[in-house]
Amino acid sequence: MAHGAGPNSSPAGGRRRFLNWALGGGAVGLAGSVFYPILQFVLPPKISEAVLSSVVAGKVGELAPNTGKVFKFGSKPGLLIRLASGEYKAFSAVCSHLQCTVQYRGDLSQIWCACHNGHFNLNGEVLSGPPPAPLEAYSVAVRGDEIVVSKA
Amino acid sequence: MEAKTRSKVLDWLDERLQVQVALSFLAKKVVPLHRHSIWYYFGGMALFLFSVQVVTGILLLLYYRPTAEAAFESVQFIVTEVRFGWLIRSIHSWSANLMVAVLFVHMLSVFLLKAYRKPREMTWVTGVLLFFCVLGFGFSGYLLPWNTLAFFATKVGTELVNTVPVVGQPLLIFLRGGEDVTGATLTRFFGFHVAVLPMLTTLVLALHLLMVQFQGMSVPPSMQDQEDRMKKMPFFPNFLLRDALGWLVALGLLAALAAVFPWELGVKADPFAPAPAGIKPEWYFMFMFQTLKLAPSHILFLEGEMVVFLFFGLCGLGLILVPFLDARSRRGERSPLFTAVGILMILYIVTLTIVGYLVKVG
Repeated sequence: MAHGAGPNSSPAGGRRRFLNWALGGGAVGLAGSVFYPILQFVLPPKISEAVLSSVVAGKVGELAPNTGKVFKFGSKPGLLIRLASGEYKAFSAVCSHLQCTVQYRGDLSQIWCACHNGHFNLNGEVLSGPPPAPLEAYSVAVRGDEIVVSKA
Repeated sequence: MEAKTRSKVLDWLDERLQVQVALSFLAKKVVPLHRHSIWYYFGGMALFLFSVQVVTGILLLLYYRPTAEAAFESVQFIVTEVRFGWLIRSIHSWSANLMVAVLFVHMLSVFLLKAYRKPREMTWVTGVLLFFCVLGFGFSGYLLPWNTLAFFATKVGTELVNTVPVVGQPLLIFLRGGEDVTGATLTRFFGFHVAVLPMLTTLVLALHLLMVQFQGMSVPPSMQDQEDRMKKMPFFPNFLLRDALGWLVALGLLAALAAVFPWELGVKADPFAPAPAGIKPEWYFMFMFQTLKLAPSHILFLEGEMVVFLFFGLCGLGLILVPFLDARSRRGERSPLFTAVGILMILYIVTLTIVGYLVKVG
């Protein structure tokens, strides 16, 4: 400035600009090294889980015809249904809409989600309500007195 | 003698803190009197209910335990074993709900009387942010007793975040402390409820109140030209005493509500039970919940719940920006469009809330 030129054209101005950049860059680096660990900390670590492909959902005779029950498939709920005919069906019990747990409604012979009134038929397909996709279907096998459900 | 001591104390404080500045400000502070003056009381009422929340919240902290194994039992212990635990817990719940109701009224009256217009834009912005903080308090506090209704309400509420493209999934994991709603979620929500939100709220509240002091009370646009001739009431002690009378009535009402309608605890959450029939969120989220129920599964090529969530997100953003969108009010002109939008908003919220409570599903 003393030389009457712009602040950045003189040697002093060049130094000023360099120092501003160095200071600014240092501040950004500092902020990054403070916030990066914080961001990493708030995201929970993945807990490794054994990937289950099949599970014992219940015992033969436990379910009366035209009823259903929720069973644990790893960390997620599954739905086992015994149809009026005696045949078994199994689905993921996690509603495709907003992840509520569905239930079997014997009076309608349908699968129902109480949260937002979604209805599914006994193939897991959406009949009415807001769910955008069908329920994931599992295959069921009876081995001895155990009902084994596995991912298809 | 007494007067002498008092002036000595005042002098001592004044030399160090310039208390005379604050006292002379307080002596000059007035509240305009007109046919809409009644709405001036709602902000103070919200502030009173907030302080009830702070006191009862700290008391509940003495016994509450924020884990999936112990939360439900600790609340049970509070309401059955701890002396006056039922009272403190019920007042905390009732006061929370009354506060949200009072805030709705406060915000809508400010909206319809256009009190957000220049130079009070930032008072409005901080006010809307405070309202969002309070909704956050409501949502996070709802889960803390770890009962079935709260479990599924939290599941649905957080799952909505997942509909946002790109950032939805990491945000969901941040909120839940994992992929599912578990004890980790409860512990996080506890942290939000008793540390993060109180800190944010205190900060924004201080700004909000400071700006109200700087700018004084807004007079509705229809009477602005008569402001100088308008009758005024001294804030201290006249208006404050009236405020205090309202707070006394509110305290009585809270005690009565807590005694006659104690807040229910419900059934302990079971992550492997189906969502119970009749599940519903807190009443102030009912209109959003009902919108989600009525929305079709797909709107154009997008999933219904994503459209609903983005719609409410945009509404929230629009609400914050109202003073900057309403150019006519800013220039001191009448702005019937924004009045109409406000009334439409009220009608939508009221209608869907009523529908939500009346319609039986099955």
